[in-house]
Amino acid sequence: MSQQFLEFEQPIAELEAKIRELQYVSSDNAMDLEDEIRRLQEKLQNKARQIYENLTPWQVVQLARHPQRPYTLDYIQHLFTDFEELHGDRNFADDKAMVGGVARLDGQPVMVIGHQKGRDTKEKIRRNFGMPRPEGYRKALRLMSMAERFHMPILTFIDTPGAYPGIGAEERGQSEAIAKNLQVMSGLKVPILCTVIGEGGSGGALAIGVGDVTLMMQYSTYSVISPEGCASILWKSAEKAPDAAETLAITSDRLSQLGLVDEVIPEPLGGAHRAPETAAQSLKQALCRHLHRLQEHAPEALVEQRYQRLLNYGVVKH
Amino acid sequence: MTNWFQRLMPSRIRTEGGNKHNVPEGLWDKCPACQQVLYRPELERGLHVCPKCGHHMRISARTRLNAFLDEGEREEIAADIAPADPLKFRDSKKYKDRLSQAQKATGEKDALVVMQGSLKQMPLVAAAFEFRFMGGSMGAVVGARFVAGVERCLEQQLPLVCFSTSGGARMQESLFSLMQMAKTSAALGRMRKAGLPFISVMTDPTMGGVSASLAMLGDINLAEPKALIGFAGPRVIEQTVRETLPEGFQRSEFLLEHGALDQIVDRREMRDRIHNLLSLLHHRHWQPGPAQTEATMEAPRESGEAGQD
Ligand SMILES: [Zn+2]
Repeated sequence: MSQQFLEFEQPIAELEAKIRELQYVSSDNAMDLEDEIRRLQEKLQNKARQIYENLTPWQVVQLARHPQRPYTLDYIQHLFTDFEELHGDRNFADDKAMVGGVARLDGQPVMVIGHQKGRDTKEKIRRNFGMPRPEGYRKALRLMSMAERFHMPILTFIDTPGAYPGIGAEERGQSEAIAKNLQVMSGLKVPILCTVIGEGGSGGALAIGVGDVTLMMQYSTYSVISPEGCASILWKSAEKAPDAAETLAITSDRLSQLGLVDEVIPEPLGGAHRAPETAAQSLKQALCRHLHRLQEHAPEALVEQRYQRLLNYGVVKH
Repeated sequence: MTNWFQRLMPSRIRTEGGNKHNVPEGLWDKCPACQQVLYRPELERGLHVCPKCGHHMRISARTRLNAFLDEGEREEIAADIAPADPLKFRDSKKYKDRLSQAQKATGEKDALVVMQGSLKQMPLVAAAFEFRFMGGSMGAVVGARFVAGVERCLEQQLPLVCFSTSGGARMQESLFSLMQMAKTSAALGRMRKAGLPFISVMTDPTMGGVSASLAMLGDINLAEPKALIGFAGPRVIEQTVRETLPEGFQRSEFLLEHGALDQIVDRREMRDRIHNLLSLLHHRHWQPGPAQTEATMEAPRESGEAGQD
């Protein structure tokens, strides 16, 4: 698959194209263009660094939604061994926007759950653009309760625009499904590690986001409402989305400053999609480190700590 | 029908119907559902339920709690907590300014009022959202007050009742507000573990993050008639699915039909019903005195045609 570039990445795209062209000419004509190529590569590195070190929140939103960004099943492939996908909520359906199953992390059995987006049009529709319906949350809940019974830590991967706003979803109790997950997750007696890998969209994200530690990939976002939604409500214009993205503090650096995120996992230059395996390795190290730390606590202590952590969210004046 | 109401109506209005410009200032209100002109003191006595069509009008948090709790001793919980602005949030207006505007308009510091009091002598904690305060949106103060209410229940083994009316999370507190969903749901998990009942009463409207957390987590979920209740707003759904929404979609009756609610309760019966439910659920901790069961059943109110649609 050829690299897709976002608008603000155009200078990078142009330099990469030029380098490829020179490489082609040089191999074809046996001309020595190596100096020129090296010079351009250096320029590319500098340009890329300059762009990625100065991303606006709205540009981060574009990266978090990048069509080539690694999704949950990509991370699963890189992070775990022996993955067995498990399907269905046992009541209504198997929601393809939410995947889950058992696997090993560094040899240790764990439960893995995450939102799943689709890559091409057909797959996007099958995955409902990563927007779960109640059965998705109920599948997740079933797997999480199972994990508790079998003493398996839970790792969740968050990547959704939000819960699906549909007629059937409401009929089948979207609100109750999300609320139930929040409540049950707050009391499960196994470690829960949550990672935002792409879009952390509102209640649909939080429904698998209550845990002992919250990690964020560097160019992911986590927000109570999409910038577009916020802009159309508060500014009465979806075109103000870049302003909303700024104000909402949805990027990993802002959220980590605000104490809402425990650790930001650095992504390769250009984003996780430029080197998915490298991104996954950084994430794996952090996950293993946090998991070892959390496993030192007795289950009751773990639950109590998680509860206190939840109570501490929010700033008020006394 | 000739009833107390029509007898009270000035003949001019009775004959000309309820056109707005005919409603005299001060004493008269018009029902937004059936257009009937209503005598305000009577409407207030009837808890702002239209005596003609049963429409439940929105009421303030304090009106709600005053009507629900016994008269006499009440203690407001966590009243001193006030909202902060950790993000220095600013859209077309500053959050700070929106807050002071809402505070001035409502006399409340934020969108939830929590009180310890009693219901027909049964001690309990009751909370009510204030919809006029930024759409009853849930920020850190709402979360903190709700949790303080839960903690009081846990300390004193009390039941909890919450009347929700909210557009959802408070955008101006961004991810902090989202986390209030987790926080309130976790606190209710403690109630559950302690075997203390939580009755959630959803009133018009109960949407988004409030619906998808504390409001749907009642041991018993009640709603007032025809309240709008749901996760996504009807307009968002309509734009997404590009279909006309079914009749009565996301209304209390629709939710009852789909199994999300235990009962729809008329506001004028709320005290009786919740008292009865809690007497049954909370029996290990509280029992009515010998004379109490009958004595506290209130005579039907003049306007109380129960369950009329
Ligand atoms: Zn009416």
